Amino acid sequence: MELNKDFGIYGGQFVPETLMSVLEELEKNYKEYCSSEEFKEQYIYYLKQYVGRPSSLYFAERLTKELGGAKIYLKREDLNHTGAHKINNAIGQALLAKHMGKTKVIAETGAGQHGVATATVAALFGMECEVYMGVEDIERQKLNVFRMELLGARVVPVSSGTGTLKDATNEAIRTWAARAEDTFYIIGSAVGPHPYPTMVRDFQRIIGDETKKQMLEAEGRLPDRVFACVGGGSNSIGMFYPFVEDKAVELVGVEAAGHGIETGEHAAAFSKESRVGVLHGMKTYLLQDEDGLIKPVYSISAGLDYPGVGPEHAYLHDIGRVQYTSVTDDEAIEAFKALCKFEGIMPAIESSHALAQAIKDAPKMDKDKIIVVNLSGRGDKDVHTVAKYLGKEIG
Amino acid sequence: MNRIDKKFEELNKKGKKALIPYICSGDPSVDMTEKLVYALEEAGADIIELGIPFSDPLADGPVIQDAAIRAFAGGYRLKDTFTVIENVRRKSDIPLVIMVYYSSIIGYGRERFAESCVKCGVDGLIIPDLPYEEYDEFEGCLEGTDIYMIPLVGLTSGERIPKLVKNAKGFVYCVSSMGVTGVRKEFDTRVESFVREVKKYTDTPACIGFGISSREDIEKFEEYADGCIVGSAIVRRIFESGCELEAVKEFVSGLR
Repeated sequence: MELNKDFGIYGGQFVPETLMSVLEELEKNYKEYCSSEEFKEQYIYYLKQYVGRPSSLYFAERLTKELGGAKIYLKREDLNHTGAHKINNAIGQALLAKHMGKTKVIAETGAGQHGVATATVAALFGMECEVYMGVEDIERQKLNVFRMELLGARVVPVSSGTGTLKDATNEAIRTWAARAEDTFYIIGSAVGPHPYPTMVRDFQRIIGDETKKQMLEAEGRLPDRVFACVGGGSNSIGMFYPFVEDKAVELVGVEAAGHGIETGEHAAAFSKESRVGVLHGMKTYLLQDEDGLIKPVYSISAGLDYPGVGPEHAYLHDIGRVQYTSVTDDEAIEAFKALCKFEGIMPAIESSHALAQAIKDAPKMDKDKIIVVNLSGRGDKDVHTVAKYLGKEIG
Repeated sequence: MNRIDKKFEELNKKGKKALIPYICSGDPSVDMTEKLVYALEEAGADIIELGIPFSDPLADGPVIQDAAIRAFAGGYRLKDTFTVIENVRRKSDIPLVIMVYYSSIIGYGRERFAESCVKCGVDGLIIPDLPYEEYDEFEGCLEGTDIYMIPLVGLTSGERIPKLVKNAKGFVYCVSSMGVTGVRKEFDTRVESFVREVKKYTDTPACIGFGISSREDIEKFEEYADGCIVGSAIVRRIFESGCELEAVKEFVSGLR
């Protein structure tokens, strides 16, 4: 198996020299171990018995009827153990860490879902765990902070920069550079230096692989359009990748438009003002100024509050295979409420972005068309945020 | 002849080692950066490393991160570093090396960045997040110029060392520690063997940086290296003294 470190002109390994040999070792182990039968058996075992996969592909009948257009299916990653797709990748990387003899894992987290997933696998495999989290996000996601602590992880507050996911990622990389000898860095999004974007995609592609199979069983054909939200882009690349060669399937990535693209307060890395630059060891589309400085970004969703996007998305964007769009906080919250009301499902605010775009598109599509929305996580963690948004006082 | 080469020739003749202080452009202000350059030269600096502040400095610890925040708060823009160097060049021939993250170069424009360096008289570039494997991204822009790409070599470079230093010019930046920049009490025991390994493969001077803060550290390293780079300790002194030039000079001359 040969791995390409670039996706077109994107990707690469833009890291300090001290990390280069660490990445070489990681790539070597990844290539050898993760393609072995031994690894695959374990990975599948844990996904099935521990995570509860396959996650269901659920036909949202009432929502479909309400919108009066295309049939809407939901890929229920929210039903996974720990409540989001992040666990798929955390299990894969933790098995690799164990194989490499590392006793400690570190992770960055935005919404806290990847932090919880990492804390969970650390407990599962008996490893020490530290999670880097921006102070802003700690405030927004108190529940997940407490969950991580209950699982035995230490949450390290990061106050540098904007105190959000990008800064937590910087700090995790810095820590890793200092402690790589006994520490494995479990990156949660499809970002970072090679081989991370490839590795994360490979550990998340199970989402798309299952969807394809389940759709063929349910409808006897592939969907017409597939939606997934894009922060760094792990759930979306996992969903899209198996469909890339199926040219008839339209793929739609939904970024966070925050208060609206025109306000400048958003996190849409594919918006007009975006430029190609380097962050977190990869070359990709970034929200930055003309000196290459990363701009502060904003979204109501901590998991989408990221100034860049994984390099494979940058590539899929340029070749036109995936259409990238964005929805605002308001639209995402409306979608959140709609799914609660019509299906009794409370989606994560991140996933609500993908859903919001689907809700816009579905009525314009014929009734015989089929769409799939990747419901990447559940919204329990967001109840406080939604209450605050709606101006309601709780607990 | 590149000013760095000239400087090492001089130092060799005198049997001396290089002292390379680092300061962050724009901290506390662009005007003060120029004054600090002169002060450092007067205090005995042989080469000066001028940092270009970045929003996400992956290789830097808290002291230099904070310096960048102060620079931005003062309205610093990348072009200001070139203005400082242009001004310095009217008065001084001290070798100047820019430390810059690669995203800033892309943002500013690769060709334009290289041209600006040539125009104002930069002698070398340290790009901490552009490792050997990604050199070809930028190499072409420096072709035909007299500007050196200073390679960084780390404790874990091991078998990579020969290729990293094969075409090294100016000096080789030997990174003393595994983590980020910033003062350390103790150094990794592998520093000596790794610097000696570097010197096996190149005649280009090998200088040690990251974590160095005292004359004592420097004396230890000068036994086998050709010079030392001192960053965070000086940046901290600049901040704590309220950028009192005499205090900075006193600290830096104490490192000699």
